[in-house]
Amino acid sequence: MDFMVFQYPMISVQACLDGILLGILFALIAYGMALQWGVMNIINIAQGDLVILGGYIAYFMYLYGIHPAWGVIVSPIIMYFVGIAIYKLVINKVVDRDLFISILATFGISILFMQLMNFAFGADVVLANSDYGTTMLFNNNVVLPNSKIFSAFISILFAICLVIYMKKSKLGRAIRATAQNARAAKILGVDTEKVYAATFGINAALCGVAGALISITFTIHPYMGLPYTIRSFMIVIVAGLGNLPGVAMSGMGLGVFEEFADYILGTEFRIGSVFLLLVLILVYRRFKLSRKREYLK
Amino acid sequence: MRLNKIILSFVSALVILFSTSVVSFAKVVGDKIILGAAISLTGKYSSNGVHTQNGYNMAVDRINSMGGVKVGGKTYKFDIIYYDDESNPKRAAQLAERLISQDGVEFMLGPYSSGLTKAIAPVTEKYGVPMVEANGASRSLFTKGYKYLFAVLAPANLYLDVAIDLAVEKNNGKGVTVAMAFEQDAFSQDVRLGVLDAIKRTGSKKVIDDKLPKELNDMAATLVKVKQMKPDVLVVSGHTKGALTAIRQISEMKVDVPMLAMTHCDAAKLSKQHGKNSQYALCASQWHKTLTYKDDFFKDGMTYDADFTKEFGYAPPYQAAESSAALLVFKDAFERANSFDQKKVRDALAATNMQTFYGNIKFAEGGQNVDKPMVLFQVMCDDAGKCENKVVAPTKWASAKLIHPIPSWSKR
Repeated sequence: MDFMVFQYPMISVQACLDGILLGILFALIAYGMALQWGVMNIINIAQGDLVILGGYIAYFMYLYGIHPAWGVIVSPIIMYFVGIAIYKLVINKVVDRDLFISILATFGISILFMQLMNFAFGADVVLANSDYGTTMLFNNNVVLPNSKIFSAFISILFAICLVIYMKKSKLGRAIRATAQNARAAKILGVDTEKVYAATFGINAALCGVAGALISITFTIHPYMGLPYTIRSFMIVIVAGLGNLPGVAMSGMGLGVFEEFADYILGTEFRIGSVFLLLVLILVYRRFKLSRKREYLK
Repeated sequence: MRLNKIILSFVSALVILFSTSVVSFAKVVGDKIILGAAISLTGKYSSNGVHTQNGYNMAVDRINSMGGVKVGGKTYKFDIIYYDDESNPKRAAQLAERLISQDGVEFMLGPYSSGLTKAIAPVTEKYGVPMVEANGASRSLFTKGYKYLFAVLAPANLYLDVAIDLAVEKNNGKGVTVAMAFEQDAFSQDVRLGVLDAIKRTGSKKVIDDKLPKELNDMAATLVKVKQMKPDVLVVSGHTKGALTAIRQISEMKVDVPMLAMTHCDAAKLSKQHGKNSQYALCASQWHKTLTYKDDFFKDGMTYDADFTKEFGYAPPYQAAESSAALLVFKDAFERANSFDQKKVRDALAATNMQTFYGNIKFAEGGQNVDKPMVLFQVMCDDAGKCENKVVAPTKWASAKLIHPIPSWSKR
């Protein structure tokens, strides 16, 4: 245990700001997960691997001399089609089935993606340099890499665009209708098959954006996807489906929680603390649920 | 009925095929000495696994083309059976078992990484199969009393203690303050133990002692603490991801520290991926091409570097060089034992005392190489942004002078 974070107020400020910037990025990935969970009732274990694949797209652009920030535009376009392809090949066969089957199917996709990425891109840890510099605050006591600020900004931008799209466009309305009641939507002429495919594509595109941002901010590696899946799963569990402000808030909360866990318990418990929190929240939810059920009896 | 016959003949054909191939894989066939190796050709260690394999192959070709191995007046050639262990310790142990009991291999080469070597060593020990390994540096490998394990590389605890000594030397012999960040795997923790020993020995003080997780990609918290505590030395070891993450975040967060020492810089291709941001980082390395060790097969480091680059299209990282050295050791031991008896070869290996292009090799009781110091190089860049690794310690091999303390970010 190390309580340095409370001894120096500036470290607390640093931890909060780092956590919030990171949390916004997590929230973007989680929003994609919530979307497809809500619409298709599928928990996508391969979410993190889609993120990493998106990161590799930005990385390869960087290798060929294009600034990796352009990956934020290119990566989602490519990933959209990757998402559609996964849907057509696998997901459409499990979409109406039990939740457990879809978890198994996406778990399989996750393993396949990891191995394919490892095969195609190699096992080296890579990153894309943005050379965005640093912002110093509070008399140089708080340092924020501009790449983190950039990724938070882009995440917010994409989230806003998506919300507007869901509200205004025809497809967005169809997606929302399907999420509310797939059968009714079908009766009223919504092509749910198309909606499902588009939802999966949009989710993959969001992962693509997040991946490009992660390659600029952190590092990527074929086997690094799982922590992103876990984080987004947790954010969705806390926030519930179809609740964007909730997702954003719980994303930022998780980011700050992680940073403080890092300072207090040590970096080695960072991911561990996320898992622990997930277990606690699930237990708490179950506890609440069972009380409600008893009341209903 | 007919189908049954077809199946029967197919199965018997398979059986015949396999039984003949088993025979042809025995230890010494005709003029061939067959070595076995489980190597990570896929999975998370695959890039270093390939370096290891290239190193082995390069040495096999070289030794075979320069006359092979002379045992009992007859000349033999090396050959290696490879299996892919998928970077998985369990699989590696199974494959070692298979190499020995099915393929009849009687001499083994090591896999990549300490973890996988740890998985294989009990198997080779059980069967009394001598194994020369080049990529398992963890100290725990050499404290188990293994009799058939020989490592051509310096153990992990020696990786970074040179850096602490260097910092103390620069501080006029007085102790320094040290911040440490180490991943929680066998190798990095051994490096940490070595640093702790050095801290104790030199009367230095540790001010930060962080453990990094396996899925490390953010060490901002450690660096914020470093900014606050202002240590004299920051030591980081977390394989390639540790090196890459550290350099990225140190440059982004403008962390000023007089000395930064790391492992795995060349595997991470630091200067290529980070350019000038990686400047002044000190890196521990088992080998560097400018070292002036010599042997008859590869001549010296520079020649090895040139030959390897010509053959494989990239400059050899130390993982390749040490793998090549493992075969030189085997050749030497076979010739001195003048026999293929495993016990005799084992004793000859234990008595090894030779110089290779990679360094001097002499094994201690536990099997580690005690005659080859680690080297430290510093990343140095010119104004055009071209960076190079130059050896700065130990002084005997230094090709450049250490730049110390590292200039602050505001002055770069």
